[in-house]
Amino acid sequence: MSKEQSPLWEVFVRARRGLSHTHVGSLHAPDAELALRNARDLYTRRQEGVSIWVVPASAITASSPDEKDAFFDPAADKVYRHPTFYQVPDGVAHL
Amino acid sequence: MYGNDFAPPEDGPGGGLLGEVEAAEAALREAAARARRGGPAPDEDLEAYFADVIDADQKIEPRDWMPEAYRKTLIRQIAQHAHSEIIGMQPEGNWISRAPSLKRKAILLAKVQDEAGHGLYLYAAAETLGVRRDELVELLIEGRQKYSSIFNYPTLTWADVGAIGWLVDGAAIVNQVPLCRCSYGPYARAMIRVCKEESFHQRQGYEILHTLAHGTPEQHAMAQDAVDRWWYPSLAMFGPPDGDSTHSAQSMAWKIKRFSNDELRQRFVDMCVQQAEILGLTLPDPDLRWNEERQAYDYTQPDYDELMRVIKGDGPCNRQRMEHRRRAHAEGAWVREAAAAYAAKRAEQQKEKVAA
Repeated sequence: MSKEQSPLWEVFVRARRGLSHTHVGSLHAPDAELALRNARDLYTRRQEGVSIWVVPASAITASSPDEKDAFFDPAADKVYRHPTFYQVPDGVAHL
Repeated sequence: MYGNDFAPPEDGPGGGLLGEVEAAEAALREAAARARRGGPAPDEDLEAYFADVIDADQKIEPRDWMPEAYRKTLIRQIAQHAHSEIIGMQPEGNWISRAPSLKRKAILLAKVQDEAGHGLYLYAAAETLGVRRDELVELLIEGRQKYSSIFNYPTLTWADVGAIGWLVDGAAIVNQVPLCRCSYGPYARAMIRVCKEESFHQRQGYEILHTLAHGTPEQHAMAQDAVDRWWYPSLAMFGPPDGDSTHSAQSMAWKIKRFSNDELRQRFVDMCVQQAEILGLTLPDPDLRWNEERQAYDYTQPDYDELMRVIKGDGPCNRQRMEHRRRAHAEGAWVREAAAAYAAKRAEQQKEKVAA
């Protein structure tokens, strides 16, 4: 098989109205249109979705797990971003 | 669509195997919620980091560091699993044109299409380990990677389609449910999907056998004959006995495998006995009996020499299955080429439009 295989696409499915698209897997297809059709046949045979996105896997830039600590550290010391950080005096309503 | 009038109660959603798949899915979410572990610390030993993640029952993900042998073992296992799904379309596909009614034909078509889908989920999971799908397809076509030996047996009658669904898919589910908890994330997620769909397969097979077994005496005999032929090959699907199994110990340590071949085989036998009674069919083992002490059934082991012969290529249909797969791949080449040419032409036109 000397032929180049067709590109890899990542598939995202919106299960129902009101939910966000969620990554469900990947597939190979020569172009976006066929990727969509293949995704329908592969990932929504049981009405798992109302909308599909396909994205060329090569277009995704990912952070690396090796850098996880350093990359996400800036968020670690900002507990004041969470509402539970604040003391609310007794008797305050609607806060 | 599927009545529960013949399905044993412990097989219903929420209990039994489907319940276990749901529990595995919940465990996956729970492990994800617990995951505070980032990558290895700069001075941390990579092996220790990997062991730490496995010990904590966390999932290894594609870009994580992993031992080369872990990667290789997974690629081999997932690829052979994928090949099995693809080759597994043939024995049943053999009956699509001869299914006894339009309803049965539609169901069987859907089932065989599912098997193709399972193969693709699994190839996709294998690709996350850094292997290309066309390499894997080539390994199958050149006979350098194996698929499950069960698919080298012929489907002689319509009842075989029922026996495959009940016994072969049943054995596959028993084998696969623990894989939903496998330490490699993409494989575990693919298996959850596969197992949920397999339970339809097993029930459709059981329903076919149930219908035949409660039909005319000839239909009953046909169902019994199918069970007689598929019982031992199904038992052999769990692989060689624990003493002879070469990959087991390391796979258990890595939490790729969760139970031994013999444990799973026993589990399958214990499930089937009562299901066979309800079918009104006999499992072809005169020594099958309840052992009060072990709280399990004693049973006759399958012929492992036969299993080895079939694995080595000397089963009734090995050559036919491989020839068919090679032919289907070669005859599909023009479709792949045409689609690629069309995509290239469109991309070219797009470029011209942008340039203009």
